[in-house]
Amino acid sequence: MTKLIPLSTAVRENVRDGDVVYAAGFTHLIPFAAGHEIIRQKRRDLTLARATPDLIYDQMVAAGCARKVIFSYMGNPGVGSLRIVRSELEAGRLEWEEYSHFGMISRLQAGATGLPFMPMNPTAAGDLERANPHYRTVTDPYSGREVPVVPALKPDVAIIHVQRADAQGNAQIWGIIGEQKEAAFAAERVILTAEEIVDEAVIRSDPNRTLIPGFIVNAVCHVPYCSHPSYTQGYYDRDNAFYLAWDKISSDSAATQSYLDEWVYGVKDRDEYWQKLGQETQARLRIQPNLSAPVDYGVY
Amino acid sequence: MTDTPYTSSELLTINAARLLRNGDKVFVGVGLPNLACNLARRTHAPNLLMIYEAGVIGAQPARLPLSIGDPTLVSGALAVCSMYDIFAFYLQRGNVDVGFMGGAQIDRFGNINATVIGDYQHPKVRLPGSGGSMEIAAWANRCYLLTPHSKRRFPEKLDFRTSAGFLSGKAERSAAGLRGGGMLAVVTDLGVLEPDENGELTLVALHPGATVEQARQNTGWPLQVAAELRTTAAPSPEELRILRQDLDPEGIYLKGGA
Repeated sequence: MTKLIPLSTAVRENVRDGDVVYAAGFTHLIPFAAGHEIIRQKRRDLTLARATPDLIYDQMVAAGCARKVIFSYMGNPGVGSLRIVRSELEAGRLEWEEYSHFGMISRLQAGATGLPFMPMNPTAAGDLERANPHYRTVTDPYSGREVPVVPALKPDVAIIHVQRADAQGNAQIWGIIGEQKEAAFAAERVILTAEEIVDEAVIRSDPNRTLIPGFIVNAVCHVPYCSHPSYTQGYYDRDNAFYLAWDKISSDSAATQSYLDEWVYGVKDRDEYWQKLGQETQARLRIQPNLSAPVDYGVY
Repeated sequence: MTDTPYTSSELLTINAARLLRNGDKVFVGVGLPNLACNLARRTHAPNLLMIYEAGVIGAQPARLPLSIGDPTLVSGALAVCSMYDIFAFYLQRGNVDVGFMGGAQIDRFGNINATVIGDYQHPKVRLPGSGGSMEIAAWANRCYLLTPHSKRRFPEKLDFRTSAGFLSGKAERSAAGLRGGGMLAVVTDLGVLEPDENGELTLVALHPGATVEQARQNTGWPLQVAAELRTTAAPSPEELRILRQDLDPEGIYLKGGA
């Protein structure tokens, strides 16, 4: 029973107005194609959760999809400010809920493991814990000390991009694995996008690399180049030039809207987007292979 | 003072590299701290282990990473783990020797604001926020910070305390049950500040050509000066050559001020 469907169908069936969405990936494997599809389908009032909102949420906020963001680092990584989310926050037009990285990831860890909350060692800084009432403390029953805790985060839908998956959604990731596994297990529904759809036998040939089992996945979509301008380790490079260019585009609302018109509303899907990027960009992002030494699972 | 002219970014990077010890496990940020670690590895600390908050341990970047999650960090690394694991098994557990901090404001006790200028609920300038800063400041064994020396960076009072230095002094930090020694050095383009016995950042060294008066004028609190004020060694031709030719040949991070 294949779960393989087009990304447009997966978004239509799994992302609803008002949902808490977690589009996963720490710099790596960010599912831009899915974000763009959500924009095209005009979803509204979403709560967008990510440790690093990155350009994908800047674009979704610019397109009017979001009511609220939940984050731990709101910047354009390596470049500076995440201009649109930032200006919406400063103007009071966007709600936000903020954690440190470990607080954010601990919320997902609790959600993914079925726990009500997650304890952390104290950081003592205090101001963020005072500003965000979801930070609480409990008494460690063993030492009697106060321990900070954060509540489980259970997104309505997680969107995860992977290098390869089979048609049932058994998915393998390598390179920076960020919070993909945690987001998938924490969420009610999971949309998987993959660079390659492979036979189940390929997955079974290297089971240690499977981070997400198919039985928690609702939809599998074959979307090559899904993460551009983010990257997919071993498939294509991060488009740092675009991250720098976005800093200029996003500083001007007309330029931002014309970007969305041309590159999101103006294309039907990721394939058309990738073709539109052109050979020069494609060549710039191409990488040389660097294979790992094989491992031997043995015959038993 | 020296034969070779250098930029303030080069001065910060070289003085940061000198703080690192061979064998240190360092939680590295992008930009100047990344350059400082790579410089230290090529000079006095060949066994420095670079850990990135993206979950990469023992990275050997072949190119200068723009972002903290660049794929060059992964290829050839010793290990890659999840974000939860890097913060829990590595940082929270006490397996990180050095953390590099950043921030828009630093107060006299080395506390950091990376969150907001103005009121939190009605921000005047909204900054990116903590990221891993809250945890690095609390759980790395030694913390260092590189910053231009200015009153704006060193205000009398923070608008928001994102990350703990010594809080109101060393006694409060140690009562709070944090790990490590806290903010052990702040390297500026004028010199080096280190905490005194109470945790107050004190001028302990000047770079060649800088004066106490300049440092005082550019600090938002009455800056204490150590009785024995050192002068840092000027960047050596070899340090500058490694930075310019090997590490940042395009001058992405080193050209201007910090």
